[in-house]
Amino acid sequence: MSEKPIFRTESRLERVLRNGRFAVTSELNPPDSADPEDVYRAAIVLSQVCDGINAVDASGANVHMSSVGICALLTRAGYEPVYQVAARDRNRIAIQGDLLGAAAMGVRNVLFITGDDVSNGDQPQAKRVFDMDSIQMLRMARIMRDEGMFLSGRKITKPPRLFIGAAANPFVPPYEWRPLRLAKKIAAGAEFVQTQYCFDVPRFETYMQRVRDMGLHEKIFILVGVGPLRSARGAEFMRSKVPGVVIPDAIVDRLKKTPKKKQKDEGKKIAIEIIQQVKEIEGVAGVHVMAYRQEELVAEIIEEAGLLPRPYRKGVTPAPIPTHARQEVVGSQ
Amino acid sequence: MIHDFVHRYPHLLEVVYDFTVWFVSLFKRWLKPGGVRERFFVWFEKITKGPMFHCHTCGQCVLHSTGMMCPMECPKNLRDGPCGGVRTNGHCEVKPEMRCVWVRAWENAQRMPTYGHELLMILPPHNWALTDTSSWINMMTGIDQENPKGWLPNHDPLTLKPYFYRAKEASE
Repeated sequence: MSEKPIFRTESRLERVLRNGRFAVTSELNPPDSADPEDVYRAAIVLSQVCDGINAVDASGANVHMSSVGICALLTRAGYEPVYQVAARDRNRIAIQGDLLGAAAMGVRNVLFITGDDVSNGDQPQAKRVFDMDSIQMLRMARIMRDEGMFLSGRKITKPPRLFIGAAANPFVPPYEWRPLRLAKKIAAGAEFVQTQYCFDVPRFETYMQRVRDMGLHEKIFILVGVGPLRSARGAEFMRSKVPGVVIPDAIVDRLKKTPKKKQKDEGKKIAIEIIQQVKEIEGVAGVHVMAYRQEELVAEIIEEAGLLPRPYRKGVTPAPIPTHARQEVVGSQ
Repeated sequence: MIHDFVHRYPHLLEVVYDFTVWFVSLFKRWLKPGGVRERFFVWFEKITKGPMFHCHTCGQCVLHSTGMMCPMECPKNLRDGPCGGVRTNGHCEVKPEMRCVWVRAWENAQRMPTYGHELLMILPPHNWALTDTSSWINMMTGIDQENPKGWLPNHDPLTLKPYFYRAKEASE
């Protein structure tokens, strides 16, 4: 990637990554309301410190504002959303339609995930869809973009120019398969990948060793998921209740040894340490900082980890449009 | 019971698979979709593949490409491998008492010299219209091989086949 990079989309995230800059993304926790200001309030903090904001698709199978709705709000204000699509809720017809809709709204990044199971969320009675899996969705999106056709073979007059991403979890079994599964995602069409929370750095290093052996790190941008733990109890909750999150005993013990009042700071310190450790691993292209409903904390972590200022921000105005956009609507009634 | 027993010998299941393909092809001229004949085959598959693989009669059998584990057993119906929710003890996110289908598929595939590496293939989206039809008839008539027109297969990871069978020793 040392020569002049070729950009496939207008994505700012792609620009940062292909120019070899260390990228930072974060995620916006969707509100339980129909108020656009709830979205903008969180986005304004995140937009200053990261190159892409993930719009989460019903995280943990709980109902929130839809990811395509959040993306539409964010693009209106000039932010750079990453549109997350979970296989859980929609079939292939809906997914393809939404990709066109999102691209038309100015969304330039998309990320495909399997999604937590419905039994995990607030409405376990719901029907599971899982029409396609994440790898098939990646392939479909890539064909839509590069070949300009739907899965049916019908032509798309203006294909969606989306920078295509996937998720990876190197921290759960079958461990030996995980690097090969990344290869599969690359072949399917993924251009960047965000990992699950990384608390087990040695495990991640082994994974990256295998990834480098196969030369995969040159074919995909790997963003490592990092996040702060709020307290020892929070850590216990996360590792027992949130699917796919692995927290080694050493980290939980470290929090337990810290006095209760200082646990939050300690959690933040751990996150910053992990960022600094993974940054040194060859093949890591960035970090994905996640903190449930704590946007300010994300900003602090990114700043204290020395990842500011973010590149290529010319013309990015973080001035939120929400208030008057809303007033117009109210006024027209 | 039978399920657990047969999965102790994944390499023999490969032989059984090859034999079945050959055996079924003997009856090719009778294998036509629809009617009583198809219902007979669906029933026959249910009583054979049911106890052995917990077959869901999806009509598009990919057992040999998924380490002889039925992907329809996975609560998320994934066809291309495990989700990110697998528990650290190798059990399923949705059904904590069940071992993850894909953890078992991986173990099986490592012991399958002929088809094991097909775990690296990207399988096309499942054709849900074939539910409750006979996968043997669909195999002989080629219906299960018909991909959507806009699906362009890419089996690039198959070039990593040497890494596949070495994965186990590398991790140890």
